[in-house]
Amino acid sequence: MQGEFVGVLLMLALALLIAGGFLLLHRLLSPRRDFPEKLEPFECGERPIVSPKQRFSVRFYLVAMLFVLFDLEVVFFFPWGALFRELGFYGLVVMAVFTVPMVIGLVYEWRKGALEW
Amino acid sequence: MTIVLLKLIFIVAVIVAGMLPLITWTERKQSAVMQDRIGANRADILGITALGLLHPAADVLKLFSKEDFVPEGANRVLHLLAPVIAIVPPILMLAVIPYGGTYRFGESSLSLVVADIDWGMLYVFAVGSIATYGAVIAGWSSNNNWALLGSMRASAQMISYEVTMGLSLVGLFMVAGSLRLTEIAAFQDQSFRLLGFLLHFGWVQGELLPFGLDLLRLPMWGIFLQPLGFVLFLTCLMAENKRPPFDAPEGDSELIAGYHMEYSGMRFGLFYTAEFLEVPVIGALIATLFLGGWSIPFLSQETIITFVGAGFGEGFATGLCMLLHVASFLVKVVFMIWLQMAIRWTLPRFRYDQVMDLCWKTMLPLSLANVFATGVVVLWVEGLLP
Repeated sequence: MQGEFVGVLLMLALALLIAGGFLLLHRLLSPRRDFPEKLEPFECGERPIVSPKQRFSVRFYLVAMLFVLFDLEVVFFFPWGALFRELGFYGLVVMAVFTVPMVIGLVYEWRKGALEW
Repeated sequence: MTIVLLKLIFIVAVIVAGMLPLITWTERKQSAVMQDRIGANRADILGITALGLLHPAADVLKLFSKEDFVPEGANRVLHLLAPVIAIVPPILMLAVIPYGGTYRFGESSLSLVVADIDWGMLYVFAVGSIATYGAVIAGWSSNNNWALLGSMRASAQMISYEVTMGLSLVGLFMVAGSLRLTEIAAFQDQSFRLLGFLLHFGWVQGELLPFGLDLLRLPMWGIFLQPLGFVLFLTCLMAENKRPPFDAPEGDSELIAGYHMEYSGMRFGLFYTAEFLEVPVIGALIATLFLGGWSIPFLSQETIITFVGAGFGEGFATGLCMLLHVASFLVKVVFMIWLQMAIRWTLPRFRYDQVMDLCWKTMLPLSLANVFATGVVVLWVEGLLP
């Protein structure tokens, strides 16, 4: 089991090598000609008047919070799914009980308009 | 160790070095065919254009010769790190995808997968969600309003679809009874009678179905056992990939280029590569989970080894079987690449609220319903319902 992760580590090393090698080669091969107009953030030639370093819209926080809630519940589904035959009818009922609050939460968010964009 | 390295080099050579350049070419050529144009055919060496196959090489050379550019006010470290974070996950996913079964050569056995992890699918989801950081960090570090808008859209879209992506596969885990990709692939190397349930529940008496209906068989592929799961999973993966029709985060006509608009040269090239690389990785995942992986329909490993082994010896038969399985896997991957390209050039871009509605209001309830419907059917077939 531990030995299997040798492959993953080798793959990670190779991926980093590919990415790092490409970036390094690019740095060595590419020209550099900076001037002020080129360096300013691209906004179709206008000087930007609003800085992007501001707070995020709360809508994105809402999606992130929904994601954390649902993804945690989804992780519980994984081992349950793999062991489903052993758990049998009892397992199905237990998971149904577990899912009901999740569905109530989804319906609540839906009615509250949290899913409207 | 050496064998692991060889297996790793094979899959990386085929998918990353082999298929990836061809996909950038396919993208242009297939769109040209679908839109009745000629497509890429200009790049040439001494007048030889080779159907435009030189374009991938020309693209790479051009990207290398562009300026390595960081805009003013950008976070230099994160700006450099973002494309690396974007490209590592699809390569890492290749580690757990089996491109062949297990083969016995005398005393030793060879399993054609780089890392055969117990909880392989959980690994795929864990690694896949890292890709979100690439897009978010790229937009955040660029100090550009368009890029920030793109990265916010990308983060919301990618994390939303991750929930449904996980749920849409639970049905398959229940049927196959494992999270290990090699086991899920091996499980699909059998076939079932389309009308076998008539015998199973005793609605037709006897051992065999009448009128030769026994011959009506299907391979035990995920796509036949979990058709809804297949559609949901493919849709989620395409949304994760951020290619059209789910390209709201980088929609050219709204956000110019979205989260990677302040990138040039090979830094942009890595985002581009990651996006294209995800196409065969998605193909390989779908082939493994839903299209029977390396298996050949109605032709099991024992059959090949028995029939060919009788004439040519068992070692030769096993080797031939291995080659056929790898070829079968690659054919399925190529088919999935074609399908994704066809979808990409057929559908127009979704509006952003349509993308989010599709995920939370349609696909999430459907995938939950799929899980429980699968549960009831599995218990019914096994006779475990009270």
